[in-house]
Amino acid sequence: MDAAVESFEQALLSMDREGAGKIMAEGLKRTEPVSFVESVMVRALEHIGESWETGAVSLSQVYMSGRMCEEFMNQILPPRGSTDQDHLRIAIAVLEDYHMLGKRLVSSVLTAHRLDFVDYGRMETDELVRQVEEDRIEVLLISTLMLPSALQTKALIGLLADRGLNVAVIVGGAPFRLDKTLYREVGADATADRASDVVRVIRQVVGERP
Amino acid sequence: MSRSQMTAMERVMTTLDFNEPDRVPFFLLLSMHGAKELGLNLKDYFSKPRYVIEGQLRMRAKYGHDCLNPFFYAAVEVEAWGGEVIYVENGPPNSGQPIIDRPDAIKALVPPRIQDCACLTKVLETIRGLKSTVGEEVPIIGVAVSPFSLPVMQMGFESYLLLMYEQPDLFWQLMQVNEAFCVQWANAQLSAGATAICYFDPVASPTIIPREKYLQTGFKIAGRVLPAINGPTATHLASGRSLPIMDDIYATGTEVVCPSAEEDLQAVKAACRGRMAVLGNLNGIEMRRWTPDEAQTKVREAITAGGPGGGFILADNHGEIPFQVPDEVLFAISEAVRIWGSYPLRT
Repeated sequence: MDAAVESFEQALLSMDREGAGKIMAEGLKRTEPVSFVESVMVRALEHIGESWETGAVSLSQVYMSGRMCEEFMNQILPPRGSTDQDHLRIAIAVLEDYHMLGKRLVSSVLTAHRLDFVDYGRMETDELVRQVEEDRIEVLLISTLMLPSALQTKALIGLLADRGLNVAVIVGGAPFRLDKTLYREVGADATADRASDVVRVIRQVVGERP
Repeated sequence: MSRSQMTAMERVMTTLDFNEPDRVPFFLLLSMHGAKELGLNLKDYFSKPRYVIEGQLRMRAKYGHDCLNPFFYAAVEVEAWGGEVIYVENGPPNSGQPIIDRPDAIKALVPPRIQDCACLTKVLETIRGLKSTVGEEVPIIGVAVSPFSLPVMQMGFESYLLLMYEQPDLFWQLMQVNEAFCVQWANAQLSAGATAICYFDPVASPTIIPREKYLQTGFKIAGRVLPAINGPTATHLASGRSLPIMDDIYATGTEVVCPSAEEDLQAVKAACRGRMAVLGNLNGIEMRRWTPDEAQTKVREAITAGGPGGGFILADNHGEIPFQVPDEVLFAISEAVRIWGSYPLRT
């Protein structure tokens, strides 16, 4: 791994905001902000996500790292303009569940990748279907923690299909991680075991869809 | 004691002493299935202790497992603090809006008195009813959410992580209040007749926080709380990993540890051997779609890994079997324990 990525990652994992800030300041002497985000920040976050999957780092470190990177990005990147209508329309929601941390982790990753998305927060099934239709969403990310909510995605996907909406649904959260076949059972296009995987999975799913 | 005449209590106590009883004890932690059995929805089922008592007794008569589980649902503890509980048709009730809406609110927080909380006195009445029925024959497992993990429901996961990392003074103030409540609640259950307390501490797991942070926080808290609980305890990490902190968990004084389904049970058993018993670690989420044959295979594998020498109770890995797990799977688990779990174990 690149030395800058490694030291930045270590600073994030040890919650050393000052140390991470210094590495960023050094990096910005040699490269543009967007390039630093892509080549150091995103790669560090991806590696932290992989390490969570193997048990080497904890969820709180994933969360705090994502949060710190969001703060840094707000400092160094220009505010994004209105959404380009040609962009992929992505939305994220927590379906009939009250646990928001997973959605927050995924949102951090999307932000780090400079992907525009709509955050629906917590929604009931019917309301979410209406919103997806109204906003012409193409990729819907669903975060769940409780098993009943994970199972409810089946009804959601059925309703989206009934309305003829061509939306790719990607699900995530503990039930899908503990049962690797559950995403197929509920009819989702894919699942991501960790938040940092979400961009790869979005690209894969969008590439596969008609 | 003759191995062929063991009661559930004798079976469990024998394994906790790291001896082999007549067969591997197993806990089906069925908090919701009793409602189905009684033809009630979950809200009605949890409305009266007599329903839960009847549900628990019927479940045990049906599957022959080795404990009674008076646990209602985790959110009962935030309900006691004035929190909202939201019922769903097919799963445990969720806690609703956090009772701590901003960190400053911690300063005014006072632990509720158990006797003033109808939601908790229902649990105690359930324990008393079960105890009067089974006496010393069957262990009754009480549950107390750890002071360190309760804030996930009190204030939301994200706000809690920020509190832990960025506002240590308020964090410790909250822990002080929660510790008082946890000890009070656990001891009330023991006084009502619970045999042991399951100390439910998912945030302690390295799945959630790094070991270094645990040693500064949840470890110290458990080290104070567990000795103040007047009975044996089992530390449950609710699907979280345990191996990297196994020695630390042991140092808190707990007697049983409940590992993740993602962990190698043989490695967990080796790490605990002679020090703590292991309770686990069937995958409760997958269990929902197991065939009876798969259930048999999973039980056999778990018993092979965890059973030798005692010190092992077969259970799910989360401490609560999902409502969707069908009866046929539960029957298959029960049957498999009798086939593969009789000591001496088949090789």
